[in-house]
Amino acid sequence: MSNSELFTSSIAKKYVMALTGLFLISFLVIHCTINALIFVNDSGETFNAAAHFMSHNIVVRILEVGLFFGLVLHMVQSLILTVANKKARPVQYAVVPGNSSSKWYSRSMGILGSLLLLFLVVHMANFWVPTKQAVFAGEEHNTFEAMKVVFAEWYFVLIYMVGVGSLAYHLMHGFQSAFQTLGINHKKYTPMIKAIGFWFSILVPAIFAAMPIAMHLGLIK
Amino acid sequence: MSGNMNLTLKVWRQKNAEKKGELVTYPVSNISPDMSFLEMFDVLNEQLITENKEPVAFDHDCREGICGMCSMHINGRAHGPKDAVTTCQLHMRSFSDGDTIVVEPWRAAAFPVIKDLVVDRSAFDRIISKGGYISVNTGNAQDANNLPIPKIDADKSFEAAACIGCGACVATCKNGSAMLFVSAKVSQLALLPQGQAEAKQRVISMVNQMDEEGFGSCTNTGACEVECPKGISLENIARLNREFTLASILEEK
Repeated sequence: MSNSELFTSSIAKKYVMALTGLFLISFLVIHCTINALIFVNDSGETFNAAAHFMSHNIVVRILEVGLFFGLVLHMVQSLILTVANKKARPVQYAVVPGNSSSKWYSRSMGILGSLLLLFLVVHMANFWVPTKQAVFAGEEHNTFEAMKVVFAEWYFVLIYMVGVGSLAYHLMHGFQSAFQTLGINHKKYTPMIKAIGFWFSILVPAIFAAMPIAMHLGLIK
Repeated sequence: MSGNMNLTLKVWRQKNAEKKGELVTYPVSNISPDMSFLEMFDVLNEQLITENKEPVAFDHDCREGICGMCSMHINGRAHGPKDAVTTCQLHMRSFSDGDTIVVEPWRAAAFPVIKDLVVDRSAFDRIISKGGYISVNTGNAQDANNLPIPKIDADKSFEAAACIGCGACVATCKNGSAMLFVSAKVSQLALLPQGQAEAKQRVISMVNQMDEEGFGSCTNTGACEVECPKGISLENIARLNREFTLASILEEK
């Protein structure tokens, strides 16, 4: 035995899911905080300044590469696990347990994650790609104005609602599940972790959801 | 007698491991609400024998909730609609006259169907043989008070030891994961001083065997804890994760 099970066992694979998941959650905190600056309602002056810092600071640039790898690892590992888990039950039940013993979203992390991925493609095409193009061309990208243009379209607002909705349910299970996978389960702390996870899963997506809605309705100018 | 029920059973029939199986419908009548679910199956089998048909093969042994043999997936739930019971402890009063009841075997790649409702759960035995024990010399047992054990640890170990290896956790898990079973078998020893000597090797070997048998991974839906007839807690799975990670980092072999 050469400690290989540290990387190959089913528990190790779940550790990767939990660690990358928590890393992606930490990104959400930053992303949500910076974007919430549009609510200052100063024609995006504060928000654009923060966006400029995020797209030019070297530390943030390095973290962005890490974020990309974290996301890819989270997706690839989940695919590997899903394939193995499907193999573990080749014949399905005629009558399935349904919601009698578990929450639907805890059983639908793959579907919710796939919805999130589809949303991410649209989201990055909307904002990430134009920002990068501007940075490479040495121009200043007015992200605030770009948001106004995108969110003027009702279908983009709808896509974003589906995106943050999937995020909410993905987090609702994922946040507390990550701690359990890492072996953190304690009478004192687990109820706290679950409560924080619950409110995080509601608050962060709600703040994100408020952005396209507020812009579409012209509440933020 | 009044209050007796007429039911429609849809039972999984499969001749052997190789043959394809199917759900077959059987009507049963005059079923007393005081019968256990297995006794109702005895009635069905009597009926089939009189009709010169092959009786339904199903596992059962103690019929008092401690052997873990009665692996039946009833109406989509392991051991039927009640929580914290085995099939023998499920009574027909949990059903009503005219009900249709679907009975299937445990479904998992690691638990192949042998016949009808009987599955091969020897994968669990192979996991246990990889370290689900402590090595002790024969002879007189030492005085119990030589090893002080905090009450809380003793209780948790006892609760984990209540696992009867019935496989309901695997049967109900959407991934066919055996994590609740393995975590109980690791925890009952990891919580006690007697279990420490072999702790690292135990958890690594048992988890490796679990993976080898083709059980899925744990995604923390919590369904196993709900269906477990002995109320084994998810806390054990967190302990297994901890024990496993530390052991695989620290083990020098």
